[in-house]
Amino acid sequence: MSLLSIKGVVKRFGPIEVLKGVDLDVEAGSVVGLVGDNGAGKSTLMKTITGLYRADEGRVSFDGADITNLPPGARRTRGIEMIYQDLALAKQQDVAANIFLGREPSKRPLGFLPPIVDKARMDIEARAMIDRLGARIPSIHRPVGMFSGGQQQTVAIARALTFAPKLVIMDEPTAALAVREVESVLALIAQMRKDGLAVILISHRLNDVFEVTDRIVVLRQGRIEADLATKQTQMREVVGYIVGAH
Amino acid sequence: MSTTDIKRSQPNLAERWRNVQFFFDTTMRVRLESLIVLALLCTAMTILSPFFLSLSNFLNILLATSTIGVLAIAATLVLSSSGLDLSLGSVMGLSGTAGAALVVEAGWPWPFAIAGSLGAGALAGYVNGQLITRARIPAFIVTLGMLGIARGLALIIAPNGGAIYGLPDPVVYLGQGRPLGIPSPVVILVLTALFAHYLLAYSRFGRHTLAMGDNEGAARATGINVERLRRTLYTLSGTLAGLAGLIFMARVNAGDPTAGISYELTAITAAIIGGTSLFGGKGSILGTMIGALIMGVLQNGLNLLAVQSYYQQIAIGSVLILAVYIDQFQATKERKS
Repeated sequence: MSLLSIKGVVKRFGPIEVLKGVDLDVEAGSVVGLVGDNGAGKSTLMKTITGLYRADEGRVSFDGADITNLPPGARRTRGIEMIYQDLALAKQQDVAANIFLGREPSKRPLGFLPPIVDKARMDIEARAMIDRLGARIPSIHRPVGMFSGGQQQTVAIARALTFAPKLVIMDEPTAALAVREVESVLALIAQMRKDGLAVILISHRLNDVFEVTDRIVVLRQGRIEADLATKQTQMREVVGYIVGAH
Repeated sequence: MSTTDIKRSQPNLAERWRNVQFFFDTTMRVRLESLIVLALLCTAMTILSPFFLSLSNFLNILLATSTIGVLAIAATLVLSSSGLDLSLGSVMGLSGTAGAALVVEAGWPWPFAIAGSLGAGALAGYVNGQLITRARIPAFIVTLGMLGIARGLALIIAPNGGAIYGLPDPVVYLGQGRPLGIPSPVVILVLTALFAHYLLAYSRFGRHTLAMGDNEGAARATGINVERLRRTLYTLSGTLAGLAGLIFMARVNAGDPTAGISYELTAITAAIIGGTSLFGGKGSILGTMIGALIMGVLQNGLNLLAVQSYYQQIAIGSVLILAVYIDQFQATKERKS
């Protein structure tokens, strides 16, 4: 059975139907590229997976359980993480605060006092995660807003990977990066597949999509237009589906 | 990369200054500039007035700062979350009047003066929070409306709009007592500040508050229930305004429906000169206490120098505008670097 299974998902904003019955399955250990024109419904679809939006119709199941009505926090706990295009970082807070946002470990001093956030542990684990990603960050005690775009992205990635996720959704992770940083993000995606994670990659850069994905799903006007094996398709075919030429 | 290396190996004066600032900001959680302003202000007052530098005047300042201090704590919590509570002063007036009315007018036992004050404040804050998060009305409008509503209610509760006198001794002790020689309001302020400092700096609640103030979308995406958090913050803010009302009522031994008029101005100013950002994501209770002391020393000094209270209003308003200007200036500088 698939790790993530979406069945007949419909999402409306007032009179506008953005998703018109979407079916999508994502297996563990696979990378799915989600492509489509602006306004095709990619972001909306992802938000119905992370729980920021509730589907108006249809079902979202994850790891064998129906999660259609769970809030975002509960879905993160089950192993769904998303790296947002705008990174969704609290820019005035430091690295550890961002990585552990919403999941801060706490301890009771002397065993009975009110719980305090375990900042020392957060710093150590944040440092370890940043090092594991092979990133260079001047100081983890600085507000992340002071870092470069690539460094901020590392923090966002570290947040998604720190709590052993099963599915990671990446929204345009390479759009704002320099060439060398793009390489390392693509290498990271390959590593995640090797580790058995499922990855959904949203990108306009079809070269990147072709390089790392197993499947390419084309979303067009709120419907799945095509679901192709990356090895058996070509750029022309995918572009054709995106613009509706088929 | 190479430019920062050069800077690091030969720290110039500006760089060192920034490092000291950074240390105070993160480790001490106090804005260095506000400490310097406080020191300068105290020095100036000592030179200008022979009465300034004395223990009794120092306790005077603390006592006068206690109500504003509690309100400034409320302002800090709400501002940190990128919210705004303009109803603080009015809710304070309503709370003291409601607490006094329950005991003096309705004849209920004295603990109801405390419960009534805190309860009235909590209720006003709860209503603010509900309207802001459920009806999605901007906080500015909701709390501005509450500023009018709470004041009106206070004047309706008080007979003929006048003050309610004659509170029982245990209540008056909260305002006029001196445990260990320290005025009770000062003790209450310190305990409240410690609790709020724990909340904002050390608890998950505080981290989520700052994160929400910083980037609400990010907080929501990481699973923080931002609507509930906001409601809790406004209820807490109202409750603290109720506590300020209680302290004031006990100090003057009366429930005064006109208490706290324009106190929100001083409270928000104290929070902002203490380093809390008007734009959310940054706030410190210790900083706010320094800010409240600056306001207290300023008012005390202007009183000692026999400056009319009208001019004091002008001074406070100017300080607020200046502090926000500096905050804004620093925010753009940080974004650029």
